[in-house]
Amino acid sequence: MNKKNLFRQKLCAAPHLVWSAIFIVVPLIMVAYYSFTNADGEFTLENIYRLSDYTDTFLRSLWYGIVATLICLVIAYPLAYIISQMKVKVQTTMMMLVMIPMWMNFLIRTYAWMNILEDSGIINKLLSLLGMEPVHMINTGGAVILGMVYNFLPYMILPIYTVLAKLDRSLIEAAQDLGAGKVRVFSKVVFPLSVSGVVSGITMVFVPSVSTFYISQKLGGGTFALIGDVIEMQFQVSNNFNFGAALSLVLMVLILICMAFMNKFSSSEDVGGGMVL
Amino acid sequence: MKKFLCLVSVVLICVLSIVPAFATESKDYSHLKGTEINVYNWGEYISDGADDTLDVNALFEEETGIKVNYTTFDSNENMYNKLKSGGADYDIVIPSDYMIERLIAEELVQKIDFSNIPNYSNILDEYKNLYFDPNNEYSVPYNVGMVGVIYNTKVVEGEPDSWSLMWDEQYSGQIMNFNNPRDAFATAQWYAGLDINSTDGADWGKAYELLKAQKPLVQSYVMDEVYNKMESGEAAICAYYAGDFLSMYDNNPDLAFYYPKEGTNIFVDSICIPTSSQNKEAAELYINFLLREDVALANAEYICYATPNKTVINNDDYSFKGNEILYPTKEGMPVTNYFHHLDSQTQLMMTSLWDNLKIDGNENTGIYIGLISFCVVSLALVIFVKVRQKIRASYYD
Amino acid sequence: MKKAGLPSTIYVLLVFAFLYVPMLIVAVYSFNSSNSTGVFESFSLRWYTELFKDEETIKAFYNTIVLAITSAVTSTVIGTLAALGIDKMKKSWRRSGIMTITNIPMMNPEIVTGVSMMLLFVFIGSFLRINGVLGFWTLFIAHVTFSLPYVILNIMPKLEQINPNLAEAAQDLGCAPGKAIRKVVLPAIKPGIMSGFIMAFTLSLDDFIISYFVSGPKFQTLPIRIYSMTKKRVTPDMYALSTIIFVVILILLIFVNMNSLKGEQSNKKGAVK
Repeated sequence: MNKKNLFRQKLCAAPHLVWSAIFIVVPLIMVAYYSFTNADGEFTLENIYRLSDYTDTFLRSLWYGIVATLICLVIAYPLAYIISQMKVKVQTTMMMLVMIPMWMNFLIRTYAWMNILEDSGIINKLLSLLGMEPVHMINTGGAVILGMVYNFLPYMILPIYTVLAKLDRSLIEAAQDLGAGKVRVFSKVVFPLSVSGVVSGITMVFVPSVSTFYISQKLGGGTFALIGDVIEMQFQVSNNFNFGAALSLVLMVLILICMAFMNKFSSSEDVGGGMVL
Repeated sequence: MKKFLCLVSVVLICVLSIVPAFATESKDYSHLKGTEINVYNWGEYISDGADDTLDVNALFEEETGIKVNYTTFDSNENMYNKLKSGGADYDIVIPSDYMIERLIAEELVQKIDFSNIPNYSNILDEYKNLYFDPNNEYSVPYNVGMVGVIYNTKVVEGEPDSWSLMWDEQYSGQIMNFNNPRDAFATAQWYAGLDINSTDGADWGKAYELLKAQKPLVQSYVMDEVYNKMESGEAAICAYYAGDFLSMYDNNPDLAFYYPKEGTNIFVDSICIPTSSQNKEAAELYINFLLREDVALANAEYICYATPNKTVINNDDYSFKGNEILYPTKEGMPVTNYFHHLDSQTQLMMTSLWDNLKIDGNENTGIYIGLISFCVVSLALVIFVKVRQKIRASYYD
Repeated sequence: MKKAGLPSTIYVLLVFAFLYVPMLIVAVYSFNSSNSTGVFESFSLRWYTELFKDEETIKAFYNTIVLAITSAVTSTVIGTLAALGIDKMKKSWRRSGIMTITNIPMMNPEIVTGVSMMLLFVFIGSFLRINGVLGFWTLFIAHVTFSLPYVILNIMPKLEQINPNLAEAAQDLGCAPGKAIRKVVLPAIKPGIMSGFIMAFTLSLDDFIISYFVSGPKFQTLPIRIYSMTKKRVTPDMYALSTIIFVVILILLIFVNMNSLKGEQSNKKGAVK
């Protein structure tokens, strides 16, 4: 492709760049400005000093995000793979079916989970019918992670599926012809080719789940806070934009570090896959 | 059946009262026809025609020809953020007391011309000249309520009358408190006999210690999910608003309610006109309309909170007439106090204490171990892949 | 194509059970005769009749759909173009910088995005001397903004999958570059565009925090309405609405599927003949 055409295609990104400059970068600068000022608009580092009190909260949010993302990946990958092997017409329907539960209101979905997980909830009622010991599930970290997995699972399934859907089958057949077993075909051909979809999926699950707030309040019983809750409270209860902004700035940096780490990891994996071929 | 009869009568009254209402209107408002007002109210805080109740906004539009753009908010603070930003022009907002104090101080609401609101005479004198609006210039009371303790009679023995029930170890794991610092601290402050509007750090520290002591007994900190949890019997004790208890009681008759003897906080949600209002005259007409007997009655029935409107309280068709929970008698009336707007220093202290409460006493070692092992495993994987690449690359050389 | 085996069928069913159990609960409580969503009293259609009488809710629902469709279409168009452009950039700091900025709306807690966008809109509004700037357009802009990263993230992997020689080959064969993209690249990334669109639509349908801050007095969406009910209680007519939406979509899906399967079968028969 000649340079002119290359430039033309790059130009396609222009609307997005202009859009992001106005509606993403400018608000971001505002967040940064608030982080380093106090309520009177004077420069201060106080907000940053206060952050150290929240180390545990940050770590907890990160940990829950990581666990939820891993669970999503483990559930989503096989499902996406199975769906990608179905008839083409059915595939679209399956994708819609994956997404439709998310069309019900978030609040109502979370209420429904409370109904299911409570001590007097549906699972425990079923257990007692079967004569089993009740299990305490609601108001635990596990319930919060479950809520995250539920709400973000489709965002993992879809990108993995789209990558797997039109995988070049000749590559798989070639590997089989060369004597590779099922496991080998998967680990050496299918998985490396789908890494880009997995990376997208991880981004779309991990990033929002670290900053989520409502799920932890409702399913976690509010006995511990995630960083999203703390930030939300700074805005909604104490009207302290400055500290809220500082918290979210740090959260952003943390997420960026995690993502950079993951990108390094995935690109090396990519190269490894390429090598085999 | 009783409720149904009552509803029918409400509808009848409104139909009948339209004519006289117009007759008593001294001023001519026809020039406002075709204009609009933007009303900003709490969610589920107006009779909207459900269950054959009166659709207040529709009636107003029909009577006056003024279009009502009705939107809702979920907290005083969110409403404040929106109003303060200046991005949206509202003609009517209905915040609570301490927020009105702040709005007046920041000149976000304007004085109301009370000569346009003849129905203001319907308001009980005890709700006039309240602390946030001492000369009655900015606000018209809409609803009143008090916090009390709700408990499940199947679990709690005897007849409790104190905040101490929420600290009773006997009911560990059955107790719920507010998931919002101001209200949660207030429960502890009342229990300890402290001022809920204190600006003294030591007072807040004492309240914090109480909440910390309560935390192991607390099943969860709740807001709206309190309804489901109390109705289904998931939890047995919580603090919440009197009017909301009545609606929970409809679904679970085992519940009971009391005002703690130490005292409790009271709120008044009042109607105000923001400074940015573009149609003040219509806004005043709307306020006057809300105070009219039939409309106020329909709202009181729908919202289930106590009303400051005496025509409703004395109305024989009012299903909560003489209800001792909404309208305690002189002897049953607890000591009460309003929330005041806290200065930013106190607010900062309160929220950081609240965050401490959430952080304290949680087991974090599991998380540390998890995070560290995750880092180790992924690092090892990266190194493994890199090394393998190198080895592979050396084959090709 | 081969049929899925029994273990995979069971697996798919299990995952779908996980996704749909809450839906079932919602459907059950929508038939509750009392206003509780925690205790089931008896069966009634009360909340369905309430729903149809509730003009505010229906208006809010309509607003939500309009907003979701328009913002999803816009963000899909902008996002697809952006992905095409970014894909041609070399893997460098510039590219990763753009990707990072793209992802920021996802990273920020919603309330931070919401408040900062509100302040931005108000600033722009005062600059352009618009009174009460918050309304449909601000909501629209905010929804496009937070959907964009999802659209781009769905399309990028598909673009990486395409053989870069493909478009070049088309051009060598005399295709104009624009046509090459239309005829070769776009069909190849269609699944990515589709899932990007579905996600953008879903996100817009479900967002309440950002919407809350950037909405005005004349345009309220359903999630804002439902969320502001939490001061009192969320009434089951919202459950009824969810159930109706769900059933309608399900019927549509089955209908479309049956039709396409039928079409396929008749095609096959035709082929045999």
